[in-house]
Amino acid sequence: MAILEVKNVNKRFGGLQALGDVNLSVEENSVHAIIGPNGAGKSTLLNCLVGKLTPDTGSVMFDGQSVLGRKPYEINQMGISRVFQTPEIFGDLTVMENMMIPIFAKRDGAFRMHAIESTANEKGVIEQAESMLEDMSMIDKQHMHAAAMSRGDKRRLEIGMCLAQEPRLLLLDEPTAGMARADTNNTIDLLKQISDERNITIAIIEHDMHVVFSLAQRITVLAQGTPLVEDTPDKIKGHPKVREAYLGESA
Amino acid sequence: MFGLNKKDFNLFLIVIALTMLAPFILNPFPAGSGMAQFNAGYPDLMQRFVIFGIFAIGFNILFGLTGYLSFGHAAFLGVGSYGAIWMMKLVTLNVIPAIIMGVIVSGVFALAIGFISLRRSGIYFSILTLAFAQMSYALAYSVLTPITGGETGLQIKPTDRPIFSNLEEGEIGRANLFGLDMRSSYELEVGNWAFTFNTGYYIAAIVMILAFYLSIRIFRSPFGTMLRAVKSNQTRMNYTGLNARPYTLAAFVISGMYAGLAGGLLVAMDTQVGPERMFWTASGEVVLMTILGGASTLIGPVLGAGLIKYMENILSKINKDILHQWFAFLPDGIEDFLVTIVYPFIGKGWHLTLGIIFMAVVIFLPGGLVEGGKRFMDFVKRKKSKTPPSDESAQSTPAE
Repeated sequence: MAILEVKNVNKRFGGLQALGDVNLSVEENSVHAIIGPNGAGKSTLLNCLVGKLTPDTGSVMFDGQSVLGRKPYEINQMGISRVFQTPEIFGDLTVMENMMIPIFAKRDGAFRMHAIESTANEKGVIEQAESMLEDMSMIDKQHMHAAAMSRGDKRRLEIGMCLAQEPRLLLLDEPTAGMARADTNNTIDLLKQISDERNITIAIIEHDMHVVFSLAQRITVLAQGTPLVEDTPDKIKGHPKVREAYLGESA
Repeated sequence: MFGLNKKDFNLFLIVIALTMLAPFILNPFPAGSGMAQFNAGYPDLMQRFVIFGIFAIGFNILFGLTGYLSFGHAAFLGVGSYGAIWMMKLVTLNVIPAIIMGVIVSGVFALAIGFISLRRSGIYFSILTLAFAQMSYALAYSVLTPITGGETGLQIKPTDRPIFSNLEEGEIGRANLFGLDMRSSYELEVGNWAFTFNTGYYIAAIVMILAFYLSIRIFRSPFGTMLRAVKSNQTRMNYTGLNARPYTLAAFVISGMYAGLAGGLLVAMDTQVGPERMFWTASGEVVLMTILGGASTLIGPVLGAGLIKYMENILSKINKDILHQWFAFLPDGIEDFLVTIVYPFIGKGWHLTLGIIFMAVVIFLPGGLVEGGKRFMDFVKRKKSKTPPSDESAQSTPAE
């Protein structure tokens, strides 16, 4: 069953057709990669899914509900979490606080005025945050300021924060961009583990073919705003059109 | 204790001790001595310390936690004052309803202004709040003269007959708390020292302690964490299913209500109000107080408010004659030279001194006076740990 269904989505920026008739369907509990050369419209598509941009025409359905016209935080509350190209975390806060915030958001919704209660007394939330930090193997860093951590740790924390919300769909925008090989491999292992152990669908935008072919079960190739092919990794590797549009240049 | 952790509770106790003992602490010099002009322990100034402390604590809930720099906070102080004085003129001379009225009026006003201003962030937000505050000032100054008394402001007049009062014909009503006059004082003389215990001051001080306690609770609550999250990264906040707007609006209204509380107290202490209370320099002053003391720290804004009010009232009173007295022991030429050098920084020139202190703090101590205190403590600790401790006890007494 498709958890995310994108139909005939068009998006223009002035004279530029960023997305032209994009159709995409992501199966539940799969890892789906979207690849394509620079300027293919990958990020535009992602922004249309999370509410940052609104497509000119077409529909985006998540779990049978349209996401169009909703704000990013509303879409997130529906069950879509997003990991950014450069880790977006709360740099001034401690790692522990970073992890507690999504758990509060999950429990209390988009806004709750709990101004008199003490954070230290939120035992349930603290326990959940601790167990998630343990899963991310960063419990020893819980009192650190998030901004002081390495790039790889920030990425881990961001993914952990997204997981703490127990999303149904996790969107990743080039999660290994600018990472050292070791960090990249760690991230691949982490994502594999997530897709194996948790009930989460993953959609990933990626440049790094190594990452794409070690993770994805299905791949959509985007070129000039239009999906070229959608298939399994093995078939994509040998596809002549893909080689021409994308792999021919870089691989 | 009281739902505070040990460190916060200790800080709270220190604040209680400082405010309750302020008449002693602020009057360290014997009356009549040459240094007596540095005594700040007179009721009017002590009241200002705690009232502007409340104002700055409230401002810090918005600026320190969410990072939204409001440049029009004096408008809420002024509106609160107008609300309070009308309560006194019309309903009762008891200060409690007046103060409550001030808080409510500012809260409603802050809700309206915040709703519009918070559509923007950064410099645009600051400019919007500044514009609203200046508009409020202009309205109070001229257009709304029937309500605000225009340029001269509002006072309690002999003709005012509040509903719940039994004033005699022609008697001017005085602010009171269940019959306790705000202006009544008890003088204690110990040797050459004179200490004044003023009813109004103690009422304002108790209100400040409560306001301070509430701010600690807000800082340590999940709501406080969310406000810091707004300051840290709004993008992540949006993509974590949190709506930043109601959080910032709530912080804005709370901080507006703190300003209203301060405005109401100002009226309770001294039953008059004028539009200059809403002028933009007054809005700037609370920004200075907060940054000088240490934004987003608990105690910083109170310290900043204290320092600025002290300088405004004490430094500005020093005049040329006093300077000549100080330097009288020097040869004439040098005396005149020194007086000429120092003179621009005192009296009416106290703003110059404030400006220099402010620049020094921002450049060398970006965390404000609180950071200065922390660095000093660290320095003392390091000095202690350099000399090898001779026994256990030396090690277990850190200068915390």
